[in-house]
Amino acid sequence: MAEPIEFTQAQLNWLPWLEPLPEAELTDRHWAGLVDPSRAKSPYFMLLARDPDILGARTRTDKDIFYNPTAGLPRAERELSAAATSRLNGCIYCASVHSRFATQYSKRGADVDRLLAEGVGVDLDPRWNAIVAASVALTEIPIGFGTDDIESLRAVGLDDLAISDAIHGAAFFNWANRLMLSLGEADLPG
Amino acid sequence: MSDLDVIDHLVGIAPGSAMAAIRAQRVQARDNAQNSYLALFKPDIATAFSMVERFAVAVFVVELHRQPDIAAFYATGLTRQADGGALLPAITADAGRGLTEGPYGRFPAGPLSVDDSEGPSFTAGSALGPRLAAALAHAHMLVFHPRDASPAALRALEAAGWSVDGIVTLSQLVAFLSFQIRVVVGLRALAAAPAPAVTLAMETH
Repeated sequence: MAEPIEFTQAQLNWLPWLEPLPEAELTDRHWAGLVDPSRAKSPYFMLLARDPDILGARTRTDKDIFYNPTAGLPRAERELSAAATSRLNGCIYCASVHSRFATQYSKRGADVDRLLAEGVGVDLDPRWNAIVAASVALTEIPIGFGTDDIESLRAVGLDDLAISDAIHGAAFFNWANRLMLSLGEADLPG
Repeated sequence: MSDLDVIDHLVGIAPGSAMAAIRAQRVQARDNAQNSYLALFKPDIATAFSMVERFAVAVFVVELHRQPDIAAFYATGLTRQADGGALLPAITADAGRGLTEGPYGRFPAGPLSVDDSEGPSFTAGSALGPRLAAALAHAHMLVFHPRDASPAALRALEAAGWSVDGIVTLSQLVAFLSFQIRVVVGLRALAAAPAPAVTLAMETH
């Protein structure tokens, strides 16, 4: 195996440091926790399936925050909040997945590359800068997020549902980053 | 007793309010954030990761985030557990010793090393016993410097009596709180800064 040493939009693997559940041991409760049966092919989800109830609730939270197509923040910018949070926390694997999605939905791959290369202080454009800065303010401890962030998000055109989506995107990646960073590691394919 | 929605409770969102309407547009996320709380703090199936341990870790994690109102909610949960109230002073004292700023930590050696930042590791007080002390040390790493995670950190949990299943639930609990706290802080800020009244209609022709 080979550990990636830079942030990248390329596809990476993830290798668990603890033993995932073998598929033969899955009960109905485990399948319910996996939500999508195809996730039984993922060592990450098969490790988390050791506690299926929290896995199932987490997966459904994740899907609505990022996939709900009704109004709010465009998908590209929900992914931007996830990628910026992952860049700051240092999750190379999470950043790879969500920078690819940000690029796919925004068609701004060069800007996404600059976020990965330069970090969360990068100057993109006023709207993306405001979303990245809000994600940073919400991720750092002490948490600096406040009225100034709400006002700067409004100033670049986000309505209240879109602001709530940005908050949830960054908050959710503070959940995801901690699992992916601490239960296994990224691996370069091939 | 029906369970109150913890995020609504901690933000102060009343039924019928503008903030309730925003959350209602992401009802699956709202309901499953609550279901996540219940899965961790009111589980259907008891495990070796006891309720007193769960609430003790929660109080520690929230206090590290310097969110006294949210910490008080979990402290109430801790004091409702047998022997939980007796633990609270030690947990609070440990959290006070653990306060720092994050995220910090090391990247894999290479071009990102210029962004490495050092910060403290945490050792819990011995009064808590080896299992809970190991859990707090791990939680401190997850909260402030998750990119310093390592297989050795998991071996330390195992050496203190944590099973693989228990480590997964412990990790989910700390990571979930990292989410819940930020949703509460973010939505409180949104609720405190309502959008200005729309006057566009008067300005358009």
